Amino acid sequence: MRIVIKNGQIVIPGEKETVRGDLAVENGLVISAGGTADTENSEVIDAEGKWVLPGLIDMHVHLREPGQEAKEDIRTGTMAAAAGGITRVATMANTSPVIDCAAVLRDVLQRAESEGAVKVSVIGAVSKNLEGKRLSEMGDLAEAGAVAYSDDGHYIENADFMRRAMEYADMLGKMIIDHAEDRTMCAAGHMNEGTVSYELGVTGRPAAGEDIAVARDLILSELTGCHIHIAHVSSGKSVALIRQAKKKGIHVTAEVTAQHLFFNDSYLKNYDTRFKMAPPIRTEEDRQALIQGLLDGTLDAVVTDHAPHANEEKDAPFCCAPNGMAGLETSLPAVMTALYHTGKISAGQIAQVMSSAPAALLGVRGGCLKPGYPADITVIDPERTWTVRGSGLYTKSLFTPFEGITLKGRAVMTIVDGRIVMREGKVLA
Amino acid sequence: MKQMSLQGRSVLGLSDFSESEIERILEMAGQMKSILSSGHKKTDLLRGKSVVNLFSEASTRTRSSFELAGKYLGADVINITKSGSSMTKGESMRDTLLTLSAMGTDAIVIRDSSEGAAFFAKQTSSPWVKVPVVLNAGDGAHAHPSQALLDLFTVRQAGKKIRGMKYVILGDILHSRVARSDIVGFTALGAEVHLCGPRTLVPRELESMGAVVDSSLEEALQGAGAVNVLRIQLERAAGGFFPTLREYSRLFGLTEERLALAEKDAVVLHPGPMNRGIEISYDTAYNRQSMIQEEVRNGVAVRMALLYLTLTGGGDLENCH
Repeated sequence: MRIVIKNGQIVIPGEKETVRGDLAVENGLVISAGGTADTENSEVIDAEGKWVLPGLIDMHVHLREPGQEAKEDIRTGTMAAAAGGITRVATMANTSPVIDCAAVLRDVLQRAESEGAVKVSVIGAVSKNLEGKRLSEMGDLAEAGAVAYSDDGHYIENADFMRRAMEYADMLGKMIIDHAEDRTMCAAGHMNEGTVSYELGVTGRPAAGEDIAVARDLILSELTGCHIHIAHVSSGKSVALIRQAKKKGIHVTAEVTAQHLFFNDSYLKNYDTRFKMAPPIRTEEDRQALIQGLLDGTLDAVVTDHAPHANEEKDAPFCCAPNGMAGLETSLPAVMTALYHTGKISAGQIAQVMSSAPAALLGVRGGCLKPGYPADITVIDPERTWTVRGSGLYTKSLFTPFEGITLKGRAVMTIVDGRIVMREGKVLA
Repeated sequence: MKQMSLQGRSVLGLSDFSESEIERILEMAGQMKSILSSGHKKTDLLRGKSVVNLFSEASTRTRSSFELAGKYLGADVINITKSGSSMTKGESMRDTLLTLSAMGTDAIVIRDSSEGAAFFAKQTSSPWVKVPVVLNAGDGAHAHPSQALLDLFTVRQAGKKIRGMKYVILGDILHSRVARSDIVGFTALGAEVHLCGPRTLVPRELESMGAVVDSSLEEALQGAGAVNVLRIQLERAAGGFFPTLREYSRLFGLTEERLALAEKDAVVLHPGPMNRGIEISYDTAYNRQSMIQEEVRNGVAVRMALLYLTLTGGGDLENCH
């Protein structure tokens, strides 16, 4: 099967200028990028006015399998990814049972192989049952294919345990992805602590709780040499801490979610559970600091933290609803609306933070459209507008904070290993 | 001038109401109070209307006053508590609200420990059922609008002019829905609201709502026209907000001596239930300036006004017997 994507703007991660030309794909691999490609025996796709990117990679997703299929499953989660232009997701370990041993991890990979609309990488747990007490069999998990370790959803409270986990992970050459929120300060809270939470009377999760957790783990990374990846940075002070640590040569990388780049906590004034997540949506000042951090390279990747919940769970009074939102179908449009169409970020930077950087962090082949690379491709119409409706999404969740919001810029085709898995919003795989 | 109608309006918090709407409610509460003071309290102003009190938290004052308010106006009132309802079987808040609404109730009065519960109630709907008028009887630490209205009514009854007065709220502001609603209500009518208590329980961020956070009790009480003393909960000490009730009482309890710093005829309020001897001394709770029992009486009148205005729009009260 040969596909030629004609006359698109081929976007090279990190480059300001795009290359106008054809992209040819055969047997699941990129054959040529740029210039004019032979269209004989090929499916020709007209990409005039469109961007052609290396397939987007989302390194922070909860597919909820096994055990939480009422929230999402591998099938619906990867369909949502395909619809959003995402060709690979890395799924988190906080399932039921937890992905803390090779048997569970292999099962998820197998299910993803047969059910997945896009590629799936699996992140193994740091600790057995996410309890922060005993190490999971990290070596076994690595052999079975774990790309990283994380107890995401839980901060590892015990500093000594975290130190050992980092040493062990470093021995295996893998990073630890850190959900940095000090439990003692944050666990009782439901939203960012600030003027909005005080007016609403809602107990807050202070940014200080995140900053303290980030600071400790930067220190432990310096001590152990382990690569620490700070998940979903949401506080401006944490951005500054990471920036400083990077300057010092500490092996740290970090990610930010599309929703934290898009919203501030004034959106929570009506107790809307769609905006409830951890870490919380913070102030406008924090949002601006996150954007700055993304632009100056302090934050390496944009993720979704796609964390859907069953509709009956989210349709509850604010303080009773769980943290998390579905984001796979809205992350690219949100980033394009908030950052590209406002002139803050280029197509090349989007390709970097949503494709090549996460590929490098996960250690997977992707994020590049050079000949010989897998034909994982996202075609984007930068001018396409779309009013989001939760009821029209592939995810099982009806709850999106983007409900009713019109976004500009959207994936119109997703190709995985040379197969078209999404065309014009419709998932085909 | 045609009076604004509040018919069909839900009362989730006072910030949704203009100054003149608040005045309208207070004026109606005055008329209701004369009905209450007459020998024959029962009217048929809300005959044919039904009201459900949905209370998932313990309450003496608010629940009985909403119930009596409805009954004095001739409405049918029932009470649902969490422990006596199917919520103990796991029925969700959403389904509970839809079930009660499907029975044709005209108003749901809701008390819940979760902030935003009244918002949630108002937004709940299904293709077949819409939740009727919702009256927030207290949602977590967020709002208690009928309490703020009765505080306004009571302060005014004591002969105080709200505009320009110094209104002090003393105690656990952080966890208090009364404090938040009082800030909104009293500032809307032109008072200067001061907050005072242990630093751990008085977030400075509340200045964004238009209140002033005072750093000392003396500074706060100086020239105050009214002092609302909030209940201090025993378990807050365990939460690290202050060391002991004894120390709290020594540093922040309202005593006769401290009250002397306020205006000579300053009004003393307490939303109840009181811990006498802790946040307020025995003497102060029962002195001439204390309007604490009057607040309870006025609570019935204010809630009658709210039910009457939101369910009918508020017609002529002449010949209502």
